Amino acid sequence: MKLTKFLASAALTVGLATSAMAQDKTKVGFIYVGPVGDGGWTYEHNQGRLAVEEHFGDKVETVFQESVPEGADAERAITQMALQGADLIFTTSFGYMEPTLSVAGKFPKVKFEHATGYKTAPNVSTYSARFYEGRAVQGHIAGRMTKSNIIGYIASFPIPEVIRGINSAYIHAKKANPDVQFKIIWAYTWFDPAKEADAATALIEQGADVILQHTDSTAPQAAAEKAEGVITFGQASDMAEYAPAPRVSSIIDNWAPYYIARTQAVMDGSWQSVMTWDGISAGMVKIGEISDAVPADVKAEALALKDAIAAGTNHPFTGPLKKQDGSDWLAAGETADDGTLAGMNFYVEGIEGDIPN
Amino acid sequence: MDLSSINPVLLLASLMVAATPILIAALGELVVERSGVLNLGVEGMMITGAICGFAVAVETGSPFWGFVAAAAGGALLSLLFALLTQFALANQVASGLALTLFGLGLSSLLGQGYVGVKPPHTAKLDIPILGDIPFLGPVVFSHDLMVYFGLALVAAIWAMLKYTRIGLVLRAVGENHDAAHALGYKVVRVRVMAILFGGACAGLGGAYISLIRVPQWTEGMTAGAGWIALALVVFASWKAGRVMLGAYLFGGVTVLQLNLQAAGVSIPVEYLSMSPYLITILVLVIMSADRSRAPASLGRIFHATQ
Repeated sequence: MKLTKFLASAALTVGLATSAMAQDKTKVGFIYVGPVGDGGWTYEHNQGRLAVEEHFGDKVETVFQESVPEGADAERAITQMALQGADLIFTTSFGYMEPTLSVAGKFPKVKFEHATGYKTAPNVSTYSARFYEGRAVQGHIAGRMTKSNIIGYIASFPIPEVIRGINSAYIHAKKANPDVQFKIIWAYTWFDPAKEADAATALIEQGADVILQHTDSTAPQAAAEKAEGVITFGQASDMAEYAPAPRVSSIIDNWAPYYIARTQAVMDGSWQSVMTWDGISAGMVKIGEISDAVPADVKAEALALKDAIAAGTNHPFTGPLKKQDGSDWLAAGETADDGTLAGMNFYVEGIEGDIPN
Repeated sequence: MDLSSINPVLLLASLMVAATPILIAALGELVVERSGVLNLGVEGMMITGAICGFAVAVETGSPFWGFVAAAAGGALLSLLFALLTQFALANQVASGLALTLFGLGLSSLLGQGYVGVKPPHTAKLDIPILGDIPFLGPVVFSHDLMVYFGLALVAAIWAMLKYTRIGLVLRAVGENHDAAHALGYKVVRVRVMAILFGGACAGLGGAYISLIRVPQWTEGMTAGAGWIALALVVFASWKAGRVMLGAYLFGGVTVLQLNLQAAGVSIPVEYLSMSPYLITILVLVIMSADRSRAPASLGRIFHATQ
């Protein structure tokens, strides 16, 4: 349906354009890595798109294409959207970085916004959220709640964003519970419910009673629900349908304000290439409600941690910290700079296993 | 590394759960292709079966009726393919791809109200004495019925193709539809039946994912399982036994590699991750070194007057 719907809407817009109207509408395009109904990452980006439509009403038109594979095919999808006359295109996954830059080179008048990447161009901005701030809160709850001291982590691809999340969660789990151990599975997918569920099941069978996920679907929640006494956290979206247990809290990505601001900038002609990286304080990362399955004292600690991060008094990466190989990274009281965080390619001391290349 | 953290009984159980959906879907496609029809719509029929089964299981509270509805849903969708290719004589490759796109869209429409809903639990078979045998009991005798259904289907299809008259007619139609037609066999009727059977099997495979393996409904949740099933039929050189071997290998290595990762085995994750594809293809290609080949009429359009 997606493709056909997409083509149909494309044909429709061409028709509209030729019948001499819709000229002053700003057209905003979105490229999604999963289906809008994934209940996680893509779902939240789509909520942002809907917010843009609601905010601007008739002045804006949005188009999207979902389940676009990362890699060569993405370039075709982005090109097609630019050819359709989009003024602003959001490409919402890390793997679209090179395709976005390549298409941007061919369409200098179209503005591009690439999520979670680190390369910009005169007409390409990047934007991301400091998910690791939310991971710190999750790590704390996980460390305090685990009884087996084994925390399972379903990772997607070995990119800095994912590694940052693992490190942040580990540091704060370890602070809360020195005996904690992380078991990490690299799923090599953002969205494959069956595989995500299998990974969660494998971790649970090996003793994990807390599952953290950096994949997009709610499948690990369902797998945890099937096993008893396991807790999980909503990823990218609240995943409230699995509350109060197994889902005890969540990281919610809140893209709407950013999408509205950037669309406005295109309308005003004030759009400039920027690198945005906001966290809890700016409201781009939200912590979903901590459910009653979490003891009151743990909940209070988690909220205090969240507030401290929002206030800037507690940076999730504060020394003393060592890298996995034992070499020094941050001295006592020192905090990590954004450059190191953006390119993070190492585990902190205590995590077992190697990062795939 | 701590291999002792892997429990072989649980591992084997997850292996069967991971293998069953692609096994059932691939068996259906095997019958379709043996009748000379190439239906690339497996993914679409699987996902449609997944939501039909899920919705009906939730509404009736019975996984059994869920699976029945999944088979019906998959078959109904495949009927569309049958109409296009057998009566309108449309191109099979294009029709199959269209069926996948249509199925993905239709399923997300049907599934609107079912996101985040918990399906009824599917009971595992509980055989009193056999199930209590140490190790063997839990490994062999205590799965849900669909696992055994998949295995029984392998035997049934193998026997049907090899020993029965129906199987012979099906193969004749698939090998040379003009000759089969000249002999008086109803080529179109046989193929429509095969397509419906394939659709029902794909639907069952999809419902297995949404009702047992995950269990939940998420848009696009089959995530390529249908394409794996399609590839499996080719690599298994259109033989039921090899399809089973392939499905269990693929499912098994997938689950095993996840478990090895969790146990922290010092094999680079990249290799572990590609191992299900690599090992399955390797084994099946080596096995098909004999002279097995595709059904001769595969993908060709049949028209009685030509």
